[in-house]
Amino acid sequence: MPSDYASGFAPWEDADATPLISFDGVTKRFGGFTAIDNIDLQIYPKEFFALLGPSGCGKTTLMRMLGGFEDVTEGRITIDGLNMAGIPANKRAVNMMFQSYALFPHLSVADNIAFGLKRSDMPKSEIQGRVDEMLRLVQLQKFAKRKPHQISGGQRQRVALARALAKAPKLLLLDEPLGALDKKLRQETQFELMDIQEKTGTTFVIVTHDQEEAMTVASRIAVMDNGLLKQVDTPDRVYESPNSVYVADFIGDVNIITGTASEVLENTQLIWAEGATPITGMTGSRVVQGEPASFVIRPEKVSISKDEPQAANKVEGKVIDIAYLGNMSTYHVALANGVIVKSQTANNRRIARRDITWEDPVWLSWTDTAGLVLRD
Amino acid sequence: MRRMTSFNVVSLTMGFAFLYIPMLILVIYSFNASKLVTVWGGFSTKWYGELLQNEAFLDAAWVTIKVGLISSTIATILGTMAAFVLVRSGRFFGRTLFSGMIYAPLVMPEVITGLSLLLLFISIGLPRGVTTIVLAHATFSMCYVSVVVSSRMASFDRSLEEAAYDLGCTGWDAFKSVTLPIIAPAVISGWLLAFTLSLDDLVIASFTAGPASTTLPIKIFSSVRLGVSPEINALSTIIIAIVTVGVITASITSKRAIVKKQREEQMADT
Ligand SMILES: Nc1ncnc2c1ncn2[C@@H]1O[C@H](COP(=O)(O)OP(=O)(O)O)[C@@H](O)[C@H]1O
Ligand SMILES: [Mg+2]
Repeated sequence: MPSDYASGFAPWEDADATPLISFDGVTKRFGGFTAIDNIDLQIYPKEFFALLGPSGCGKTTLMRMLGGFEDVTEGRITIDGLNMAGIPANKRAVNMMFQSYALFPHLSVADNIAFGLKRSDMPKSEIQGRVDEMLRLVQLQKFAKRKPHQISGGQRQRVALARALAKAPKLLLLDEPLGALDKKLRQETQFELMDIQEKTGTTFVIVTHDQEEAMTVASRIAVMDNGLLKQVDTPDRVYESPNSVYVADFIGDVNIITGTASEVLENTQLIWAEGATPITGMTGSRVVQGEPASFVIRPEKVSISKDEPQAANKVEGKVIDIAYLGNMSTYHVALANGVIVKSQTANNRRIARRDITWEDPVWLSWTDTAGLVLRD
Repeated sequence: MRRMTSFNVVSLTMGFAFLYIPMLILVIYSFNASKLVTVWGGFSTKWYGELLQNEAFLDAAWVTIKVGLISSTIATILGTMAAFVLVRSGRFFGRTLFSGMIYAPLVMPEVITGLSLLLLFISIGLPRGVTTIVLAHATFSMCYVSVVVSSRMASFDRSLEEAAYDLGCTGWDAFKSVTLPIIAPAVISGWLLAFTLSLDDLVIASFTAGPASTTLPIKIFSSVRLGVSPEINALSTIIIAIVTVGVITASITSKRAIVKKQREEQMADT
């Protein structure tokens, strides 16, 4: 889905590529509480890497360790081959865009952007030029002389970005950079961010709890839970081939049917209800024959029809709810054993011409490769 | 605007009368030609002239200002440092004790503070004079400064300092270029408060002043004990005038700053 992927940008698949950032067995404890639990992770130059997870899972902590604001309890972080242990924030070729933006209220927009440059070895004569260049990049030339309280939230966010990019860091850290913006502005800004990332060639690591945002901007996503990395993969693989029920459930909408794995081959048969035909899905990681497992399938991959279809997997049920979303509808169908399965279809016909309504008996069907069987 | 009820008018008048009639009488009598304080002898400004000839008063005024400036500056530096430690260093051994102790002088009777300082100066053999008053004033007013500054520090966004480090600042540079300019209004109010307290202080100064160095409050107090002279009225009128001008200027400037900021914020949102 991302253009990077289409253009063949995939250094993580190249065994010879050198990562920009490498976490080796990194653990972070606050007193007795383990915030980051033995993480191994490589991030490559020019990546747009997203850390995704629920609040409190350790995203900010991981990022602050990269920035030099928290030290590592165990393990090692290297950036560009250098061990970061003991190197303070002001000596790292890393800049951070703070969640609260942290703009200096007593300085103008231009002075905020120049702040880091004045403390670098850039000659004085070049600073003004660089500030102008950054102002152009984020389209704020007209606001150079304003103070942060004299501009809008979206503009503040762009000043923070320009300030963090001014020193041309190897790595830019963004902690929920768009959290304070409204939905429309957020979507526009996501594309702007991708554009700027491409123009500057900087490696971006972004923290977010919004899965759509992560899917939109990132070349790869790390899904976190309780200080652990559950899966690190491209957005399409995280969506299409989650390695656990947790990831499948966290990213997008999903149907989960629990049962017991019977035949584990390329596909797995799942016995899910007494007397019912087993359902088939692709075999996910760590599924063991005879052990409990879960079948997961996205609602848009489940077809709904009134008549019995010709399909590899089909189950009968009754419509109990229909959610009309304008461009699509989601049917909630209760199966005989009480399990509710959602089916989503695009509304490419007008409402009057659709024939399924509440209480109708219907058939749900999907192909053998539409869903996955995962161990929970 | 809403019309005031007669009850409100009366209470407002009473309140202001209570506060300001004594001062008004003092101001009027400072222009009294008669030497007798309580008898009106016609309008005259001669006491102002005589005041300017009075070496002892002028010396005392100079000592007071010098003590005020130096002690409030010392108090501001120490108080700001104390506020930093209290707000920033998180939990350390004895923190509660330390933060309790820094506020103790606020509630301690001045007589006790003065007496204990006097004993200290005697025991270390420091001769009493301007130095001892400065030290004494810096000691007690630093608590006030630390209260003012630490309440500002508590709402200070730490990520501003982290952003400064992130952009290459060392600890001192971050303090100087980011923290200090942002908390400056609180530090300045702390300084003004310390300065006012020092100008105002009679009790502690009486304990710590030497024979050759009296502050204005001590001078006024001791000469009033020999009988109120019209010169004192003139001096007090001058002080009232200075304070009035100061208060009015301060409130106008802060009001203007608030209005300006509100206007700019409205502009930003459109
Ligand atoms: N300085 C700290 N002291 C103690 N616990 C902390 C500290 N910083 C973070 N934590 C804890 O670590 C966990 C992860 O926090 P954080 O990284 O901020 O989560 P996220 O950014 O994913 O919401 C949370 O449970 C939080 O309470
Ligand atoms: Mg966070």
